[in-house]
Amino acid sequence: MAVGVRTQDLRKVYNSAAPAGAAGGFVMRADAKGAKKDAKAQIPALDGLSLEVLPGEIFGLLGPNGAGKSTTIGILTTRVRPTSGHAWIGEHDVWAQQAQVKHLIGVVPQRPNLDFSLTAREILVFHGAYFGIGSKLRNERADALLEKFKLTERGNQMVRGFSGGMMQRLSIARAMMHDPQVLFLDEPSAGLDPQTRILLWEIIREYHAAGKTVLLTTHNMEEADALCQRLAIIDHGHMIALGTPVDLKASIPGGFLLRLRFGNQTAELLQRLQALAGVREVRTADTNIDVYADRGGSLIPEIASLAASSGAELSDVHISEPSLENLFLHHTGRSLRD
Amino acid sequence: MNWKTFFALLARDAHVARRNAMQLFLQTFLQPLLFVFIFGKVMVGSGYMPAAYKSLLLPGIIAISMTFTGVWAVAMPLIAEFQWTREIEDRLLAPISVGWIAIEKIVAGMLQALVAGLVVIPLAWLVLRPGVEISIGAPFTFALIILLVAGFSSCGGLALGSSMNQQHIGLMFSMVLTPMIFFGCTYYPWSALNKFPILQKAVLINPLVYASEGLRATLVPQFAHLPVVAVIGALIFFDALLLVVGLRQFEKKAVT
Repeated sequence: MAVGVRTQDLRKVYNSAAPAGAAGGFVMRADAKGAKKDAKAQIPALDGLSLEVLPGEIFGLLGPNGAGKSTTIGILTTRVRPTSGHAWIGEHDVWAQQAQVKHLIGVVPQRPNLDFSLTAREILVFHGAYFGIGSKLRNERADALLEKFKLTERGNQMVRGFSGGMMQRLSIARAMMHDPQVLFLDEPSAGLDPQTRILLWEIIREYHAAGKTVLLTTHNMEEADALCQRLAIIDHGHMIALGTPVDLKASIPGGFLLRLRFGNQTAELLQRLQALAGVREVRTADTNIDVYADRGGSLIPEIASLAASSGAELSDVHISEPSLENLFLHHTGRSLRD
Repeated sequence: MNWKTFFALLARDAHVARRNAMQLFLQTFLQPLLFVFIFGKVMVGSGYMPAAYKSLLLPGIIAISMTFTGVWAVAMPLIAEFQWTREIEDRLLAPISVGWIAIEKIVAGMLQALVAGLVVIPLAWLVLRPGVEISIGAPFTFALIILLVAGFSSCGGLALGSSMNQQHIGLMFSMVLTPMIFFGCTYYPWSALNKFPILQKAVLINPLVYASEGLRATLVPQFAHLPVVAVIGALIFFDALLLVVGLRQFEKKAVT
């Protein structure tokens, strides 16, 4: 039976330095560097995040670096202790029933954390053993996963010499080794070549088709769009939007975003832009003017002639189609890549 | 408690130890055996040391080998695995509580320390013979003492390995392990410090003192040694203390 994921009012305040990839990868700690703990240096990573991932859903957490995505995954996978709030995997409280929770979850960290003392195949086989899988079955599964992730030839090599992409594939294979009900992937396609990325997407879809729940984080809109059934957009530890990719994109006024730059911006220019047919919203952002509209390229001639008649020379135009990037920009005024 | 997971974790550590067996062997035994050779063979053979020194030295060498092995076997992998690669993460995600993962590390370290202790006895005997007079008159006391010695070294390794960074490994050797060995009554009995009363009191905070003296009491009781009861009491105290500190440090490092 598929298993869902739920959090309620999760808060996490780090007492030490910036948590980069808190779920895995590495965690920088000021105290580990011998710096004195500064009570004032509290860094809030999550600020009351409540979300519900339905059983059997592919759910995406989308947000810029430092939004709290990895911290959320860290808490849900027992690796980060929340400052307050609750988290459940299925019926199990993540903090009260850690061993049961760990049985249900598979985790692919942001940076591969493979056991460098073992070969690729041993990593999978020992992982199976940690989860109490019998010897015959774990050997069969390890071979099948090596095959699936195109690592059979390297199976008996130590992983120290593996490329980033190979380590990433092996991390995913390892997470699937005990056939978890919920698969967490933290930035799964970061650093993958396009071919491997497509392989990864196929494997995630296949896993989902087997009735499993998938929770992934990304700041790649294409990936979120292509894979996720529902998305939560988070920023500064808050959820700022939730819905299907289609619904979310539809919620952007107009859908199209025209980012314009003029030699000379005037209030009158803004008013005249606002009055154009199809324009929903006009905002100034630094030296740019962002125009949200329900059409894209067809607005350009009108904007150009309007600029000419106002004496404001049009120096730059960027049109983006309805996308999650625009959505994020609309909600936060910042780009996902910032 | 999930024993399958626990034994799988132990099997992993045993597998890695087997893979690195030669390296482990050299790093554990080379230095004590060189010491045995120079002090037990060369110095005694040339008359600078009395013949009885051979028997006096052996328990100290066993204590050093066990302590070093236990600390090394637990601390070094932990320091590496808690670094930025976070290699230990796959074991932290095994379906068992974090405390038991630390216990597994302790058990693995104790096993290695016991093997080291039991291997160094015949090795040292081979180098030193003839003229070594060892006798295990009280096998249960001996077994209890080497278990406790393995325990404090392994727990100490957990505490050190969970508190230190890679860049401090050199410091760990020069500031912790080397003074421990020299002030650990390893190359001389505790009673040899009678003429240095302050030092004699001060070294009592060093658990290696009780390891050396305990092994002396059970292997070469003909030499003066601390009372066995005091040795066992102190070793239990250090085992418990380092266990508590080690578990706390490990959990602190394991969970952000």
